[in-house]
Amino acid sequence: MIRFEDVTVTYADGGPPALAGVDLIVPEGELVLVVGPTGSGKSTLLRCVNGLVPHFSGGTLRGRVTVAGRDTRTHPPRELADVVGVVGQDPLAGFVTDVVEDELAYGMESLGLAPDVMRRRIEDTVDLLGLGDLRHRALRTLSGGQRQRVAIGSVLTAHPRVLVLDEPTSALDPVAAEEVLAALHRLVHDLGLTVLVAEHRLERVVQHADRVVRLPGGGLPPIVGLPAELMAGSPVAPPVVELGRLAGWRPLPLSVRDARRAAGGLRERLAGRSPLRAVHPGDGPVVAALRDVSVRYGDQVALRRVSLAVAGGEVVALMGRNGAGKSTLLHALVGLRRPDGGSVAVGGADPARLPGPRLLAHVGLVPQDPGDLLGADTVTAECAAADRDAARPTGATLALLDRLAPGIDPATHPRDLSEGQRLALALALVCVAEPPLLLLDEPTRGLDYAAKRRLVQVLAGLAARGHAVVLATHDVELAAEAAHRTVVLADGEVVADGPTAEVVVSSPAFAPQVAKVLAPGPWLTVAEVEAALLEAG
Amino acid sequence: MSLAAAFLPRDLHPLAWWAWAAGLAVAASRSTNPLLLLGLVAVAGNVVAARRSTAPWARSYAAFLRLGVLVVGVRLAFEVVFGTTDSGTVLVLLPRPPLPHALAGLEVGGPVTVDGLLGAGNDGLRLAALLACLGAANALANPSRLLRVVPGALYEVGVAVVVALTLAPQMVADVARVRQARRLRGRPDRGLRGLAGVALPVLEGALDRSLELAAAMDSRGYGRTAGVSPAARRGTAGLVLGGVLGVALGAYGVLDGGSPDVAGVPVLGLPLLVLGALAATAGFRLGGRRVARTSHRPDPWGLPEWLVLGSGLVTAAGFVLAAALGGDEAGLATPTSPPSWPTLPLLPLAAALVGLLPAWAAPRPYRRPVAADHPQREHDREQVAA
Repeated sequence: MIRFEDVTVTYADGGPPALAGVDLIVPEGELVLVVGPTGSGKSTLLRCVNGLVPHFSGGTLRGRVTVAGRDTRTHPPRELADVVGVVGQDPLAGFVTDVVEDELAYGMESLGLAPDVMRRRIEDTVDLLGLGDLRHRALRTLSGGQRQRVAIGSVLTAHPRVLVLDEPTSALDPVAAEEVLAALHRLVHDLGLTVLVAEHRLERVVQHADRVVRLPGGGLPPIVGLPAELMAGSPVAPPVVELGRLAGWRPLPLSVRDARRAAGGLRERLAGRSPLRAVHPGDGPVVAALRDVSVRYGDQVALRRVSLAVAGGEVVALMGRNGAGKSTLLHALVGLRRPDGGSVAVGGADPARLPGPRLLAHVGLVPQDPGDLLGADTVTAECAAADRDAARPTGATLALLDRLAPGIDPATHPRDLSEGQRLALALALVCVAEPPLLLLDEPTRGLDYAAKRRLVQVLAGLAARGHAVVLATHDVELAAEAAHRTVVLADGEVVADGPTAEVVVSSPAFAPQVAKVLAPGPWLTVAEVEAALLEAG
Repeated sequence: MSLAAAFLPRDLHPLAWWAWAAGLAVAASRSTNPLLLLGLVAVAGNVVAARRSTAPWARSYAAFLRLGVLVVGVRLAFEVVFGTTDSGTVLVLLPRPPLPHALAGLEVGGPVTVDGLLGAGNDGLRLAALLACLGAANALANPSRLLRVVPGALYEVGVAVVVALTLAPQMVADVARVRQARRLRGRPDRGLRGLAGVALPVLEGALDRSLELAAAMDSRGYGRTAGVSPAARRGTAGLVLGGVLGVALGAYGVLDGGSPDVAGVPVLGLPLLVLGALAATAGFRLGGRRVARTSHRPDPWGLPEWLVLGSGLVTAAGFVLAAALGGDEAGLATPTSPPSWPTLPLLPLAAALVGLLPAWAAPRPYRRPVAADHPQREHDREQVAA
């Protein structure tokens, strides 16, 4: 169905090739997962399939890509629209119209299909993806999972034979991700669609894949294999696979279900032991306190009488569905949103009354898109500006950045950094003022496992130096590894607040994979299990 | 389409609403009789009340009415300050300060007369009535459906408008986000320097999004065209541009009763309008051939559309005819010096009442079943509001 013949892609900037020596044949009806660290060329590989690379992106493509017998050299993306459907990372950015039904029709209108055919296909697609309630809704009012399903539906109506998805679940909460994956599963099994998907959150997708393509990056050719074989040696692997490798299970389990069936022996070996966990720092000084805080937008209540205290030295994970009020809570803590009721105190002051320059001495927030904080041409200029803003000696921010993410060339333009490096830069800009309270909004969007691990270490270091850290996240694995305490928000109210181990294990949606495999044991992460096994000998 | 089916609840063709509103506007432009003008505003308001949908744009009629009141107010204020009517009953005598030579010919202050105020009020009311007609069309016709009926040749322009409409609110949200970010870095977020710091990231974001959107549209088959020779393309462009220019000038002639005529034939008016329309239609037909695309759920044009269009035409024709027959004596204009009570002439009144027909003749708007609100809405609002 898709055939890459010795494909090498180089962009005009003169760097190493973004893709090199790709020989790949994807037969009809397979679901192929593309994995690899950030910047290893996953998106480039996906965009080659419908000719966006090189027709749209520029650069040079050597070798040959054919899809259903059509050569992408002679067929620009629009001429492949009836065989390949592409869904990008942010579905909203790819929507052309404003209402669901019009969006579903858009591709067919471009192909010039007859109106009665369009009506029929829209009905089919609406049924297939469960969009019945949404068909007359405005696209901007949809939730993340719904948007992703509409985006998939909008390319499906053209009846493509290949579906290409770039990070379809990265930005979604666990429940919405399930929604999208279930839809995908149905497409592969019922319609026999050929699917090529790239995803960082391997724990969600790897068990659905027929084959895995691993891009090592740095101009090396990709490695193709069955998921279980490839995961055995992969540096990027979901926790369930790492647990399997640690316990030496063969064949390597890819899903929680398989792992649980293999885990009987491990559970016995671990029985009676308890994990060595970073001890909760106990009663540090209270850094931030919310008392009875309510926030409303129009007649929607975003926060309803929320009370919360955060102590120095603790890392708190804030979890909950999209729209549960996580971002609003962070905004209230940093003074971007004045509460409609109750009071906020950070370091004894009301953050909403602090002028910008004094704010950083109390509280810092790294927003969902760290790029928002960046405006200079080079990393050096960015860091120098932060030194001035925080009144620190020149070079302090750069030194901090080097500790957080070693090896960044200071002359780079911030836009050319990888997601992980950009997050580290934003973190350095905020942390250089040493705010006693540090807030992070969805820090793991677009981070691979290695970058995530570094982030966990950085957060632990900050907490050890007495900073209080609050992170809003969907990423249960991150919460399990990084947070002492977890607060779950639902509909603007705190529904659970306690040590991470207790809170996450009791919830099926928020439990990390290791906890699901080893339940009812108290284990959350592979590292804890590893330490316990070493101790047991 | 059977007769009964044509009147089932559905959205009327947007062009029918605009044609009807244009007819009312032509009528309003021919009169300064406050009774007739208020009558036309009432007719438009009545139809809006009877046939508007629950969509957001359907509430725009009131906004246009408010704008109309503002226009009348401004017109009166100008009359008071700059008015030159010196005859008639003087209400107040404002001081007339000497102005520098550069402003010779301009007079400020002086007597404020009843005649002047009445004339200005009637004039302002005419503008307000035109605005009300525009507001009615806005409230009744779905703007995105209107874009979908643009001819194939203008398809690209239509898409550009749609894209701009979706990107604009996103840019507003971007500005808010970037200003927050500047505060988070302890920078000024107001003033000129604050503005410069905000503009660059917002523009970058908009550019990024446009590129991503362009890639998505290309992947979905946008711009698949049938081959057309360059000569044909130039001919098409000439026809369309010339036609649109003709329509614009012609419309000006029709709306402005006092446009020049050559040897008794009004050049700027109906003839030019018709010629322009013909040329534009031919151009669109030719241009439409190169676009190989179809439309999902095209709006049908049935009996209700003809009725709505016809009622607008009759209203316009009644006023134009009255003006041609009797001119100001027919009661279309109200003499203000000396002031007199407006009369209620029969022909224009009947014509205005015909404009009410759509309140019954147009099908009711289709009320779509709406699913329950989703929490995401709250989330979006958080993002924008915060």
